[in-house]
Amino acid sequence: MGYSMVLDQFNNILESLKEDYKIFAPKVFKDKGTYSDTDMIRYGEISSVKEIEFDQKSYYSAKELILPITQTLFYFTEDNVIEPKVDNEKGIIIFLRSCDINAIERLDEIYLRNGQEDPYYKKLREKVKLVLIECKNSFENCFCVSMGSNKTEDYSLFIRKKDNDILVDLKDDEFLRYFETYDKSEVLPNFIESNEIKVNIPANLGIDAFSYDLWEDYSSRCISCGRCSTVCGTCSCFTMQDIFYSDNLSTGERRRVWASCQIDGYTTMAGGHEYRKDKGERMRFKTMHKIYDFNKRFGYQMCVGCGRCDDACPEYISFSHCINKLDKLVKEVK
Amino acid sequence: MDINTKKLKKNAFRVTKERGKTAARIRVPGGHIESKHLRILQNIADKYGNGTLHITTRQGFEIPGIPMKYIPDVNKELQSIIEGLEINQVSPNSGYPASGTRNVSACIGNNVCPFANYNTTKFAKNLEKAIFPNDYHVKIALTGCPNDCIKARMQDFGIIGMTDPEYEAYRCIGCEVCVKNCKKKVTGALKFENYKVKRDSEKCIGCGECILKCPTSAWTRSNERYYKLVIMGRTGKKRPRIAKEFVTWIDEKSIIKIILNTYDYIEKYIDKDAPGGKEHIGYIVDRTGFQEFKKWALKDVELGEKAIVESNIYWE
Repeated sequence: MGYSMVLDQFNNILESLKEDYKIFAPKVFKDKGTYSDTDMIRYGEISSVKEIEFDQKSYYSAKELILPITQTLFYFTEDNVIEPKVDNEKGIIIFLRSCDINAIERLDEIYLRNGQEDPYYKKLREKVKLVLIECKNSFENCFCVSMGSNKTEDYSLFIRKKDNDILVDLKDDEFLRYFETYDKSEVLPNFIESNEIKVNIPANLGIDAFSYDLWEDYSSRCISCGRCSTVCGTCSCFTMQDIFYSDNLSTGERRRVWASCQIDGYTTMAGGHEYRKDKGERMRFKTMHKIYDFNKRFGYQMCVGCGRCDDACPEYISFSHCINKLDKLVKEVK
Repeated sequence: MDINTKKLKKNAFRVTKERGKTAARIRVPGGHIESKHLRILQNIADKYGNGTLHITTRQGFEIPGIPMKYIPDVNKELQSIIEGLEINQVSPNSGYPASGTRNVSACIGNNVCPFANYNTTKFAKNLEKAIFPNDYHVKIALTGCPNDCIKARMQDFGIIGMTDPEYEAYRCIGCEVCVKNCKKKVTGALKFENYKVKRDSEKCIGCGECILKCPTSAWTRSNERYYKLVIMGRTGKKRPRIAKEFVTWIDEKSIIKIILNTYDYIEKYIDKDAPGGKEHIGYIVDRTGFQEFKKWALKDVELGEKAIVESNIYWE
C-alpha cells in the first residue's frame, strides 16, 4: 500500500514511532572520519528525516545494530550467572539499502538457521523492522547486480524522498495505523539494474583453487588491518572475552566481540600455533567462504556485493577483482 | 648606478654577487600555490631574469639575474600573485613590502596527507595575514603532525598538529593494532588491559595514528584542534639548536596572539647595535632569559584548559 506526504508529516510519524522504536539510519558524523577534516557516514540513531544520508554509501554496514561490536553475554560471580537486561520495550527500525537487507538475511542464516539458534542475536533480530531506501545510482565498487542482492521484497516500509515529499510503500500492517490518514499513492521501489563492476562467480569452483598462486599476491599486499571484514555486512565472526573485574577477581563478565579471519590472532591456538599466518592464505579463506563454502551449505552466495571491503581497504585490494581473477583461473584450468 | 640597497632589500629583492643584477623573492605562505601563478613567475624569469628560478628553502621562489633597473616592472608583474595569495601589501604594484619576517612555511598538511591533523596551508595563511609585513627576522613553520616533515624544530616558532584521540570502548574489537603501532612507532602511550585499550594521556603526543589504524572507528578525532608550539630553534653560525616545547595542547588563536606579542617583545629588547639592526629572537631570549620572554609572549593570551605551559625551558 502506498502513501504520500510532505517531509514534516513524515517527521511527525517518526516522532510517534520513536515512542515504540529506536530509529537508525546512515548519517553523517561531522569530522569523525579517519582523516582530519573528513566526515564519517555510519549508522546512528535519528529523529528526523533530515538526518538520514540518502546520497552516500555508509562506510560501515547496518550489522552493528543487530550484532553489537561488543556484547556482554552474562555476568558471573563465584556461583551465579546473570544475563544482562535487554531493552524489551522498544523495537528497532533500520533504514537501509537492498544489499544491506540481503546482508541481514545472510546473518540470519548464520545465527538462526545454522543449527542452534543464537539467543542473543534472536532477541535483537526479532525487534527489527527494515525500511528500504533506494540507490539512485550504483556507487563506486558496488556489484550487487552480480550477486543478485540489488533487489529485495523483505521490508516493512519503503521510503523515497522526493524534494519536499516522502513516498511510502507499506508492507507491514503493524505500521498501518501511522499512515492510514495520509493520501494514498502508488509507490514501488526502483532497484539498480546494472553496476559498473560485473563479477563472475566461478562455476565449478572447488578446493583445487587452494593451490592457485593467485593468493600469493595478497601475502605481500595485505596488511591484515581487518577493515574489509569490519565494514562487511555479512562477516559474522566473533570471539569470546572473559573479563575479571580488577577489584574482585572472582567476578566478571563474558563478552563477545567481532573478530575477523583477516586479523592477526584469529587462528592462534595455545602455544602460539596459527593455522593461517600467511595473509594470502587468509584472503583465500575469506574468498572461499564468501563465494564457495556458504553457498555449498545454504545454496546461495554470502557476499552481497556492497563493495565496502574495496571502499575501505587502505592497500587498494579489490575483492571483486579477486573473484574475477579466480574465475579466469578456473576457466584456464578446466 | 645609484641603488638604495636598504630599500631594495626591504622590497624582497636581493643584492647578488653579480654587480647590477638582483634576484626577486616571492613568498608562498604555506608553500601552496595555484599553478596559474607559475606562468607569471616563468614569464618574469624569461623576460627579466636569466631564464632560471630557484625554489627557496622557505618554500618561496627566487628569480635571479634581473637587472636592477627592472625592479619596478617586476613588481608590477608580481601583483596578481600577491593578490592571488592575499598577501598584505602597502600599495599595489609595489611588490613585497618587507624582507624581515620570513615566508611562513608548511608541510602539505591535510589537503593531501593522511597523517596531518589540520589544514596547514590555511593556518599558514592566517598567520601570514597577522604578521606580514614585518621587519623583524622571525621564522615560522607549520607541520601537520609530530612526524615534523617541515622541520618545525629548526624554527623560531614551530607549530605541530595534534589531536586528542577519543576512544569508544564498545567499538573496540581488541585487534591491538593501535597498541602495537604506538609502542613501535610513537611513544607507547597505549596498552591493552582486559581486552580493551588504555591510553596514558601523559605519554600521548596527539599524533592521531591510533585513529588511522583503527578498523572500527573506536578511535576518533577530537572536535577541538590542538597544537604543540615549539620555540627558539635555529640554524646559523653562532649556536644552532633544536626548538623546545613551550605550550602543548594549545589552540590556533593563542598561537597567533603569542607570535604577535613576540614582535612587541623584540621591539623592546632587540640589540640596537646589532649589525644591520638584525638580531634573531633566540639570541634575545638568551639575553633576557626565558621568564621575561614568557611574560611578554603570554600577555592577554587566554589558553584553553588542556594547554600545558612549560615552567622553564633549557635549550642546549
